[in-house]
Amino acid sequence: MLVVAPLVAIFIYLVYRGASSLNLDFFIQVPKPVGEAGGGMANAIAGSAILLAVGSLIGVPVGIAGGIFLAEFGRGTKLANAVRFTADVLNGVPSIVMGIAIYSLIVVPQGHFSAFSGGVALGIMMIPTVCRTTEEMLLMVPNAVREAALALGVPNWRSVLAITVKTASPGIITGCMLAFARVAGETAPLIFTAFGNVGWSERLDEPIAALPLQIYVYALSPYDDWHRLAWAGSLVLIVLIVLAVSLVRFVTSRGVLKGAS
Amino acid sequence: MGVGIEVSNLNAWYGTNHTLQEINLNIPANHATALIGPSGCGKSTFVRCINRMHETNPIARVTGKVLIGDLDIYADAKPVEIRRRVGMVFQRPNPFPTMSIYDNVAAGLKLNGYTNRRALDEIVEKSLKNSALWDEVKDNLRKESGASLSGGQQQRLCIARALAVDPEVLLMDEPASALDPVSTSKIEDLIFQLKSQYTIVIVTHNMQQAARVAEKTGFFLNGRMVEFDTTHKIFTNPSDKRTEDYITGRFG
Repeated sequence: MLVVAPLVAIFIYLVYRGASSLNLDFFIQVPKPVGEAGGGMANAIAGSAILLAVGSLIGVPVGIAGGIFLAEFGRGTKLANAVRFTADVLNGVPSIVMGIAIYSLIVVPQGHFSAFSGGVALGIMMIPTVCRTTEEMLLMVPNAVREAALALGVPNWRSVLAITVKTASPGIITGCMLAFARVAGETAPLIFTAFGNVGWSERLDEPIAALPLQIYVYALSPYDDWHRLAWAGSLVLIVLIVLAVSLVRFVTSRGVLKGAS
Repeated sequence: MGVGIEVSNLNAWYGTNHTLQEINLNIPANHATALIGPSGCGKSTFVRCINRMHETNPIARVTGKVLIGDLDIYADAKPVEIRRRVGMVFQRPNPFPTMSIYDNVAAGLKLNGYTNRRALDEIVEKSLKNSALWDEVKDNLRKESGASLSGGQQQRLCIARALAVDPEVLLMDEPASALDPVSTSKIEDLIFQLKSQYTIVIVTHNMQQAARVAEKTGFFLNGRMVEFDTTHKIFTNPSDKRTEDYITGRFG
């Protein structure tokens, strides 16, 4: 009850404030200049999708590889301890600091804001969550399962990939979704990287809009219709996150066998 | 067909713990050999040295010579090659939980790059028949997970999985100790049938079980092999006082 209540309360309030401004235009139009009625956040929705795709492409493979290393190959080594420590510290880095770091490492040398730099910032923020959940899920796989594979004459690396990781995959996927949902709503790391864009863009080397950014800008603005759009944007952001997470769950739960834990 | 195993001067350690000391033993081909002894006497470590599973533990160490057929497993072969020739069944049934029954049996071949589907189908069927599980699972081979079977069925599934890679030796580390009496007797019947085709080494706590299934029996105590002889001789007229004390229940 206590777990569900905050989510339900937030959702109801968002529907109350935002649903009235939701219409087809919201999803297919780009923002109109101040003073003109209407306009939507199509660019921000597409922008968020692109940023999250870039982020996941970086965060998921690197995080999973790191987790596999920690749990299976590097157990007890100094390098593993260093990696684990780094991941924990990275997890604690405030998102605004991440934004500034990527700003100075990518945006400044390139000379312009870009979707790419925003995606990198989100991706790096995903790594620690993915990495540590992968490690924990792999450590939960019973040793008997590893031994069963090794005793069949399966080489260790193959046993890790085909048996241990596969056995732990539901948990690993949950970890990835957790990381995804967390960075989907991040605003701070995008301020100095993706920057935002009032027009449509799908290029990685140009500034790009993102839902949280747009909400931030609109909510701070003095205009009532922008406020309404910000509420609608918040509602859409939450719904999209829930949809994305459910979709992944649905796809990965199909084909699971009867009786498999 | 099975091959004999010759063990000479085998020593094994876990860290500084000298768990096996100077084991010398000839295990005959195509027979069942039982290893008995109290907990912690080294019998499990011994079978894990025969398929080089012992060394998967980072603090473990082993010296000595083990010949399987005429292959010196510590000198002339890689661990993965040996484990394909020496199958193992563990104390607790350990099917791969995310795999179907079919995939569990085919796992050893598939993961070693075997892809001929028709041949795989035949091998899976033959292995499940050999482990007396076929009739119970043939309708749900691909639909049901190995983990959904009962404990006894899971253990027979693990035996089928070990048989599917066509080993010469089958090591069984207390294969029935986690099972109920009915499942246990099924496993024992199975050992009886399989021993004409495979060299079987079975570790057991249960002396009646050793007497029922094995032609030869070895008695381990504190990391040493005290006595190795025909099962009949061990249980009726052991040469060593300690063996007699153990089988008559005076300790252990």
